[in-house]
Amino acid sequence: MTEKTLRKGNEALAEGAIRAGARFFAGYPITPQNEVPEYMSAYMADAGGAFVQAESEVAAINMVYGAASTGTRSMTSSSSPGISLKQEGITYLASADLPCLIVNVMRGGPGLGSISGSQGDYFQATRGGGNGDYHVIVLAPNSVEELGNFPKMGFELAEKYRMPCMILADGILGQMMESMSFNFDPIDPNKLGKFDWAVDIHKNGRKKNNVFSYKGDNLIPDVVERAKRYGLIEKTEARWEEREAEDCDVLLVAYGLSSRACLEAVNKAKEEGLKVGLFRPITLWPFPSKRLAELAAKAKGVLSVEQSLGQLVQDVKLAVNGKTPVYLNAYPAGGQPDGNSILAAVRSILNGGKEGLFDLQEHAAGFSFECKRDTSLGMQGDLKGGK
Amino acid sequence: MYQGIRIAGFGGQGVISAGILLAQAGVEDKKNASWLPSYGPEMRGDTANCSVVVSDGEVYTPIVSAPDTVIIMNEPSLPKFEPILKKGGLMIINSSLINSRPTRTDIEVVCVPCNRIAEELGMDRIANLVALGAFIKKTGAVALQSVEHAMKKVYKRAKPEMLELNKKALQAGYDAV
Repeated sequence: MTEKTLRKGNEALAEGAIRAGARFFAGYPITPQNEVPEYMSAYMADAGGAFVQAESEVAAINMVYGAASTGTRSMTSSSSPGISLKQEGITYLASADLPCLIVNVMRGGPGLGSISGSQGDYFQATRGGGNGDYHVIVLAPNSVEELGNFPKMGFELAEKYRMPCMILADGILGQMMESMSFNFDPIDPNKLGKFDWAVDIHKNGRKKNNVFSYKGDNLIPDVVERAKRYGLIEKTEARWEEREAEDCDVLLVAYGLSSRACLEAVNKAKEEGLKVGLFRPITLWPFPSKRLAELAAKAKGVLSVEQSLGQLVQDVKLAVNGKTPVYLNAYPAGGQPDGNSILAAVRSILNGGKEGLFDLQEHAAGFSFECKRDTSLGMQGDLKGGK
Repeated sequence: MYQGIRIAGFGGQGVISAGILLAQAGVEDKKNASWLPSYGPEMRGDTANCSVVVSDGEVYTPIVSAPDTVIIMNEPSLPKFEPILKKGGLMIINSSLINSRPTRTDIEVVCVPCNRIAEELGMDRIANLVALGAFIKKTGAVALQSVEHAMKKVYKRAKPEMLELNKKALQAGYDAV
């Protein structure tokens, strides 16, 4: 344990990663995560590791691919559009069964989006943004303290199951300062044993180790074996936090920054005599479905509060499985929840209102859309222009 | 005690730095504190601002959308932050640079000639600390000594005479209201 100090989220994460034994970092600048590579560039060499500002996000993730093959605790960080670029590398890391840490400090999207904080990459993180049957473990911190302490958990889970782990934070968490302390002593990676699969100098008659992402004709057994690990992870590694969740009428479900706004709503609701609880998934994959289902069964309604337009709510619905009505309170594209707006949605659920509850079909009611072509503008393919 | 504060001014007036100092002082006081800068083109001469929360209890979101206090250091920030200040909230105005006054009558307004006081101390740049001193006197959100302790941690490379000048500016702001 260390003394509580005021730190910026991104810097706590970078320091936490070095303390957790990260000795290779490659990245490419993007707001709002720039303090991570900045910090790494200043301190990674002092820790005996390597920092590389890569020529692109694609290069950075492939450098992590190479470094992770040696068993070195390796990581990269970026923000939403940059993480999109890394997807090819991530799916290769998954297919080569390599542990590594990937950090996404989310911003608005799609495309270049905006630089304000967002949670729009839930699907990308939990469903796999790359191709193929694979998962990455996804950890969702909701404080600067967790940003600092999750890299250790991330590396340990990644190594336990030989797969990539992602920390999914958002722009506000990365940019904010708050007091925090590390809950572990710095780890010297040279004192950790070697992996029997890692690529290094092979001598004394040791069998040659190779790391492959391409398994040729043997793909099916490989994918099926990996799925056993996924099943084991779903069974044993789900993590969550509960607040007033045992006996509530409306159960809020939120992760990251949104969950903090939910806590404000939980406490304000108590003052009004309303019974509102919070279920915060800490692992987004594996999603803590079993416990959520138990809690939801006792509530009148479940409300997914997210800075995205109906992503988290899909996992909530899968977990609740139709037993309790599930609603959505959404703040997409850089919108930020606060206690009052969440509470308005809670009241809607209890009183049959609509304020704060987003329904895609209702949203589109009476709406029509037409993408027009106009021959008077000229003909498609006629590069000489109109008449 | 829960204080949500917005500090706003030109980029370079030290509003971001005053916010960090306030949050660090909250930590020195064993309170929970958060700080969040605003995004945008502020670095290129527009208004910059930050949110600070100092609380005995949990800090929920660090985004202060309805502040208890706003500290306004320049003219363009006044119309931007007057509407979001809580009813009965406190507005500290740097009257050296701001001629306008708020139209709302349901708030408490305190005018402090921050730049003039800072210039009298010999350095225009410490107007932010004058404003912070006034804020502490009015709200008691953190102890004056805690800000002095916080300075050593936030301005790690500052020369002793500069820290001394900062303390004077803080005290002058405290005494001005």
